[in-house]
Amino acid sequence: MDAGELTSIRRGPQGSQTPLQALWRLREYLRPYYGQLALMLITALIGSGTEIAIPLLAKTAIDGPVRAAAAIRTGHVHGAGLLIVIGVAALLIGAADVACNIIRRWVQATAVVALEQSMRDDIYRHLQELEPGFHDAWQSGQLLSRATTDLSAIRRFSGFGIVFLITSVVSFVFIIALLVRLNPLLGMLTAAVFAPVTVLCLRFERRYRVLSRREQDQQDDLATNVEEAAAGIGVLKSLGRRREAAAAHAGLARIVYATSVGKARLRGRFWAGLDLVPNVAIALILLLGAFAVSGGELTTGGLVAYVALVLLLVWPIEALGYILSLGQEAATAAQRVYEILDTPPGIVSPEVQAEGQDQGGRPAQAPLAVPLPRSAPGRATAKLILDHVSFRYPGAAAPVLRDVCLELAEGETVALAGATGSGKTTLLSLIVRLADPAAGTIWLDGTDIRSLPLPVLRSTVACAFEDPTLFSASVRENVTLGRPDATEAEISAALVAAQAEFSDDLPWGLDTRIGEQGMSLSGGQRQRIALARAILARPALLLLDDPLSALDVHTEAKVTQALGQVFASATALVVAHRPSTVALADRVAVLDDGEIIATGTHRDLLRSSPRYRYLMSTEADSGARR
Amino acid sequence: MTEVTAASGTHAWRGIAAEEIDELPKGLSLLLRRRSRALLADLLRPHRSTVAMIAASIVIFNLAVLAGPWLVGIAVDKVPALISTKDPVPIIIVVVEFVVAALLAATANSWFVSAIGTMGGQVVLDLRQRLFMHFQRLPVSFHEKYTSGRVISRQVSDVDSIAGLFDEGLDSLVSAVFSMIFIGSGMLLLDWPLALAILVGFVPLAWLSAWFRRESAATYRRTRDTIALVIVHFVETFNGIRAVQSFRREPRNEEIFGRLNADYGRATKRSMRLIALFFPGVTLVGNLAMGVVLLYGGFRVMDHQMPVGVLVTFMLYLTRFFEPLQDVSQFYSTFQSAAAGLEKISGVLDEPPSVAEPASPVALPSRRPAAGRELRMTGVTFGYRDAVVLPDFNLVIPAGQKVALVGATGAGKTTIARLLARFYDPDEGRVLLDGVDLRDLSDADLRGEIVLITQENFLFSATIAENIALGKPGATRAEATEAARAVGADEFITALPDGYDTQAGKRGGRLSAGQRQLISFARAFISAPSVLLLDEATSLLDLPSERTVQQALQTVLAGRTAVIIAHRLSTVRIADRVLVLDHGQLAEDGSPQTLLQAGGEYADLHNRWLTSLA
Repeated sequence: MDAGELTSIRRGPQGSQTPLQALWRLREYLRPYYGQLALMLITALIGSGTEIAIPLLAKTAIDGPVRAAAAIRTGHVHGAGLLIVIGVAALLIGAADVACNIIRRWVQATAVVALEQSMRDDIYRHLQELEPGFHDAWQSGQLLSRATTDLSAIRRFSGFGIVFLITSVVSFVFIIALLVRLNPLLGMLTAAVFAPVTVLCLRFERRYRVLSRREQDQQDDLATNVEEAAAGIGVLKSLGRRREAAAAHAGLARIVYATSVGKARLRGRFWAGLDLVPNVAIALILLLGAFAVSGGELTTGGLVAYVALVLLLVWPIEALGYILSLGQEAATAAQRVYEILDTPPGIVSPEVQAEGQDQGGRPAQAPLAVPLPRSAPGRATAKLILDHVSFRYPGAAAPVLRDVCLELAEGETVALAGATGSGKTTLLSLIVRLADPAAGTIWLDGTDIRSLPLPVLRSTVACAFEDPTLFSASVRENVTLGRPDATEAEISAALVAAQAEFSDDLPWGLDTRIGEQGMSLSGGQRQRIALARAILARPALLLLDDPLSALDVHTEAKVTQALGQVFASATALVVAHRPSTVALADRVAVLDDGEIIATGTHRDLLRSSPRYRYLMSTEADSGARR
Repeated sequence: MTEVTAASGTHAWRGIAAEEIDELPKGLSLLLRRRSRALLADLLRPHRSTVAMIAASIVIFNLAVLAGPWLVGIAVDKVPALISTKDPVPIIIVVVEFVVAALLAATANSWFVSAIGTMGGQVVLDLRQRLFMHFQRLPVSFHEKYTSGRVISRQVSDVDSIAGLFDEGLDSLVSAVFSMIFIGSGMLLLDWPLALAILVGFVPLAWLSAWFRRESAATYRRTRDTIALVIVHFVETFNGIRAVQSFRREPRNEEIFGRLNADYGRATKRSMRLIALFFPGVTLVGNLAMGVVLLYGGFRVMDHQMPVGVLVTFMLYLTRFFEPLQDVSQFYSTFQSAAAGLEKISGVLDEPPSVAEPASPVALPSRRPAAGRELRMTGVTFGYRDAVVLPDFNLVIPAGQKVALVGATGAGKTTIARLLARFYDPDEGRVLLDGVDLRDLSDADLRGEIVLITQENFLFSATIAENIALGKPGATRAEATEAARAVGADEFITALPDGYDTQAGKRGGRLSAGQRQLISFARAFISAPSVLLLDEATSLLDLPSERTVQQALQTVLAGRTAVIIAHRLSTVRIADRVLVLDHGQLAEDGSPQTLLQAGGEYADLHNRWLTSLA
């Protein structure tokens, strides 16, 4: 795309639902796992029950055989049988607890992973359907965090969170009820001490999360600084700006440091407080409990069970605070995810348009309802008419293209000349429907391209952009982008035509990985791969965006020659900056500030159009003829 | 360190690549190697007293925690006396002691958690600054082989993994280890036969932990690798959405992404299932120990070998005795990646800055106004690895001369420019500026005198004015504007929405290549060097931009020595002198007119270029 085009942001129906509504909508993804959820809940509840049983067993043991034996101060024969029963029961209950735990976690692993995976697949699929205008408005990092961080939040809550939201409330109520039954006064007292802790935990989790997010943002700023310093190392070295760069970096690093210290302090205070509360409760219980025992209102075993049960309260309380904040996080995450999933694709095949895109569902692979007239598969050429086409980027003050009319006859090659920012790239992207014109119609072989199914349109037209996009995949995968079924012979023919035979000399030939994660290629090599990709797609209409800009003089001559042959068998529209490229075209159209101001042959235009002369002449011309 | 990843199995589309694997230490014994240890010691040295205080407070904390259940046991044993004597004082004393212990524990806990966090923050801050400065100091030759991606991951993910160590529970790890030791000792003191019966639990636990550590290390790697592929594919798809959609790549992408996503799902599931076995495993040992306490402890109480209170103490101890092992084991992967990060970082910090500043720099003779300085290369030999690029190269460029370097790819043009800018030092011979060896110049002098501009006209995400001022720190707005005007950039800058305050955007993406290049010329102009080196600085421009830049060059180069490398000969025409380079040797040397008439290589190139303009 040309520079400085997109300022406004196309976003989904933001604010149309609250986070809670979004969270509630997640049911549609959870539904297949209701059975598993139920199983997880049941096992978790049984697990909590077994934990509570242990102190009660201890009470029975202490109040029964142990105390009896201790009181009698004789041999241990009396009550030994009961003690063995209690001990074995404790062992069995402990084992049952563990079994429940394993079952719950095992089931949870299967369910939540599948849930996360299907959501991520849906996000990816939907994003692929959204037009480039959407992607221009969103940084890929924002989209990525929805597909990773946000989904993790949803995963955590929908497995662990939902189950323990219920379990911890049930445990808390149950234990308190038990305590009240053992001793009403102490029970109430304990409830009073513990209840506010939930609020404390929730507040801590919230504040901690705010700090963590802030730290994350600050770390992102720092990372950007580091990235720039790494990418711009040549400039920094050349100008000797090492110290200034280090000072800027240190400033950002200190901000991160301050936040991380804030987090540590908050953590310290919270953990201490969380430890202190049950201890305060235990101190009270010890004091009042001892008197209760001496007054005969409580047994020694009861006192012991009491202390042990109070310790069991800590976990549900702490968990509740954590889970509530987890729920909050998941709700926000759900809202962010739905924001994307609810954005309807702006450019769709005609059938889908008719069925109503508002449902946000993904369009089925469109059947070829409107076959391209006169266009058999493998057809060599096509006829293109741009009919009063205008285009304006959302939010931009001035249109990029104004009332553009251009006709390409079958088999004709037309060069598009124009200064940077005149709208050449935009014009090409309208023809493959990466964006739709604001006014006017584009006709391909007599059919409005908007009434063609996208796969048909995009297999008829192929486009190589100036900035060649290579993916981190093998050369073969990159070249066969538009034709996965191409034969080896076709691939090598395309590579030859694009002067990209260098790929055979790569360490693993066509299997060599290129792109960011692979072998790095020069700008010229990248352009030639992209060119081979467009040639291999065997389009009836070939669109090339300044395909030779990064080539050196020698290669440029060879590629130009090869292109001449390609153009002979297809209709082509070529953006050209250099006279050598223009020479390949039958005709040249001059685009100036969004308007076609002249068309004609290179020679005619040099004579008749001052603008064209400005674009195509070099001072060298005058220098040579001086 | 180079490993080949094959295009085997399900991921054939990825192709094969030699990946730079940053060597990962294997196993715990190798984790902290000598240089990592040295770096760690160096980083912690300023915090010695803090470390001591943290250790002390952890001991205090654990003693206080240990005291709690002990006192509860004592209180339980005092109950019979309370029943018989009705004297509340002994029990009140115990409860007061209990409260004191609890307060002490809370205070110590709060203090050391925040102290470890603060100290960790300082260590990380220190590490970040050291690394950044070191990368800035390392020579260009280092940065050429060490990709910017790796520079970034050393400073971002590796440092973050160390920060994560302090952030995500070094406190709880240390505390857990101490608490196991303290509680274990406490139990042995109270009743050693029962304690021994419980400590037997460590035998299966040791085995279980070892199994978990081994398995989780592998799973952790697998999770990390699979999510990395998911992320790469995701980001590349949407950065290249135009290519994806115009080539109908969507179905194939969906298939690939589905597979990568499923791989990641499998890895996650596996790691969750490991935990699903390990955590309950630890709980099982704890639960069995509880059964043993009730059974065996109960019998010992019945036999009068142990008071009831001790039984209670044991029960309370058990609730926090084995559980920390879960944290410790889970912490293992955090620890492992931090140790690996430290190892990689220490490797970088060990790298010597080979093109270093001199200890005692030599001053340059004063410069005649508007004249530039003389450049001289005498007997310079330079090569990359085995290949010699420049064998015994000699060249004198008088002050103020504009020299064009011409020649085929690989002839050594860029190498000469980089030697002249001291991005490299010659293997043999000397590069002199006004008679002073570049190696004897201070960094400030060198960079103030010689500026190299390439086609990588990098703009930082700051305003345009700030990007220009990078050439001269502290430059005023007026100076920046003047520089922009001098190179012909003023016109387009003032036409931008915010003029000179326009943000250059991420990596300058909002500006065209020509506009970015003009800004980098302004940046060079404002720094007012005596020597300007242009390496293919105009190659990516369209013709109108190239013309603007050429006009600008007349101004920028006035009164300076200049070396210009360009394959488009239009740029070369401002030169007084043309050098044709062939395999590191001068093939032709003379004024453009002389060489054209002589009809050699340069004349050839010139004619070919003229026809390309057709």
